Amino acid sequence: MTLLALDWAFLIEKLVLIVIIVFASLGIALYTTFGERKVAAILQDRPGPNRAGPFGLLQPLADGLKLIMKEEIIPNASSKWLFIIGPGLAMTASLMTCAVIPWGTAVHLFGRIIELQVADVNIGILYVFAVVSMGVYGIMIGGWASNNKLSLMSALRAASQAISYEIAMGLALIALLMTTGSLSLKTIVADQVTGHYWNIVYQPLGFLIFFICAMAECNRTPFDLPEAENELNFGYHQEYSSMKLGFYLFAEYVNMIMSSAIMACMYFGGYDLPFFDESTVAPNIAAMIGVGTLLIKIVLFIFLFMWIRWTIPRFRYDQLMNLGWKKMIPLALFNMLLTGALILSKL
Amino acid sequence: MQALTNKSIAVNRKPMTFLERLYLINIIKGMMITFKHMFKKQPTIRYPEQKREFSPVFRGLHVLNRDEQGRENCTACGLCAVACPAEAITMEAAERQEGEEHLYKEEKYAAKYEINMLRCIFCGLCEEACPKDAIYLSETFAPANYTRKGFIYDKNDLLIPNTLTNAPALAKAKGVEA
Repeated sequence: MTLLALDWAFLIEKLVLIVIIVFASLGIALYTTFGERKVAAILQDRPGPNRAGPFGLLQPLADGLKLIMKEEIIPNASSKWLFIIGPGLAMTASLMTCAVIPWGTAVHLFGRIIELQVADVNIGILYVFAVVSMGVYGIMIGGWASNNKLSLMSALRAASQAISYEIAMGLALIALLMTTGSLSLKTIVADQVTGHYWNIVYQPLGFLIFFICAMAECNRTPFDLPEAENELNFGYHQEYSSMKLGFYLFAEYVNMIMSSAIMACMYFGGYDLPFFDESTVAPNIAAMIGVGTLLIKIVLFIFLFMWIRWTIPRFRYDQLMNLGWKKMIPLALFNMLLTGALILSKL
Repeated sequence: MQALTNKSIAVNRKPMTFLERLYLINIIKGMMITFKHMFKKQPTIRYPEQKREFSPVFRGLHVLNRDEQGRENCTACGLCAVACPAEAITMEAAERQEGEEHLYKEEKYAAKYEINMLRCIFCGLCEEACPKDAIYLSETFAPANYTRKGFIYDKNDLLIPNTLTNAPALAKAKGVEA
């Protein structure tokens, strides 16, 4: 007798996939912190961390261990539950994004066809947007619960920044969706694989706007005003210590990886390796090549993020708002109109 | 007001042009600059493996000198302690006994000789004050230590190894090892 007609194999398959993706994301995030320091060092003519292990490769483990060993301090005057929930929320929100990213073509294993995507939601991009805007709650709650005026101030900055740039980001996306005609990330990538060009060819301006907004959403320099040390001491995580601080810091890197993955999927063909016909090799090998290609694209984007971070200083707050509202949004609207006009003229 | 030098440049207060207000071009220019720095040679000296070479006039850790027969030069006259502006040097004198002629050059010697490396400012005045060529500043510096006591260097730490019996150790003390 069966109570529920569940496809248990399907459930296990998805669970395994989720575990792999979550741990891989965390692992990559761990090494992104290392990469950040190395890139910073190389751009500034320094060697960077090189003590722990060969080439300093064990440095992120040492950093993680250090964070865990630190004393957990919860300020007396804080709202304790919110203070604890904050970093968890930030981390959850940034990890949830990876559910809709298509990591590769399907793999044939144990007589099953396994899609390398946790959930092919037909509104994938809307889901990403919903989750990304959840991320601001983690920061906001953390900043509020710290009961520290500087934390609160920086949390407010983060919230206003995220809201301002989400509009331009959404408008840039609408233009992309007008050309693709689908909200599912899987369909968008598949169209780019079968089509002639990646979406970047059709939407260069849209990509530029999206990229800048993604940088603002991740609180990366030049948009790292929530962490402006010289004005706000340390930012919204000032009262945090130990792994709670680590969660906030890792969440930032996971966000960066996820936004890189989404940009790669939407504008740069996702798992599509250019000038290579995937159908000529076995499906499993093609899937592995796809995953590798996507990872390389993600790494390149992360490098770009870091390169920008270690090149330019951060904006002033009024410059940030001017750029967001007076330049990005009109530009995104113009891009939308242009795309619409081009599509109409083609018809 | 009259300018002191002809190097001053008037600040350009022209409003930014459209391209400048876009920031993008200047950001890309900046990124090119940082990109070039990726291929530059790093000036870093990777310390414990690599050491910076000091110039011969570097004033580092003190050594107590010996003469060519391996006897201590110091006669505990105390001129170095008097010259020392940081009052880092203390010593106790003793008389040379029969049969100690191979150890000490003159009739009087320093039984105890201590330099507090935390007080020392490495000015080299002790070196200049010494009439017996007994104290010199070498080309090394005091290594880190866990306690304050560890920085009080006594005769065992300071005395240069015997030239005749221990040449490699001497080179090490001088800080001129390869």
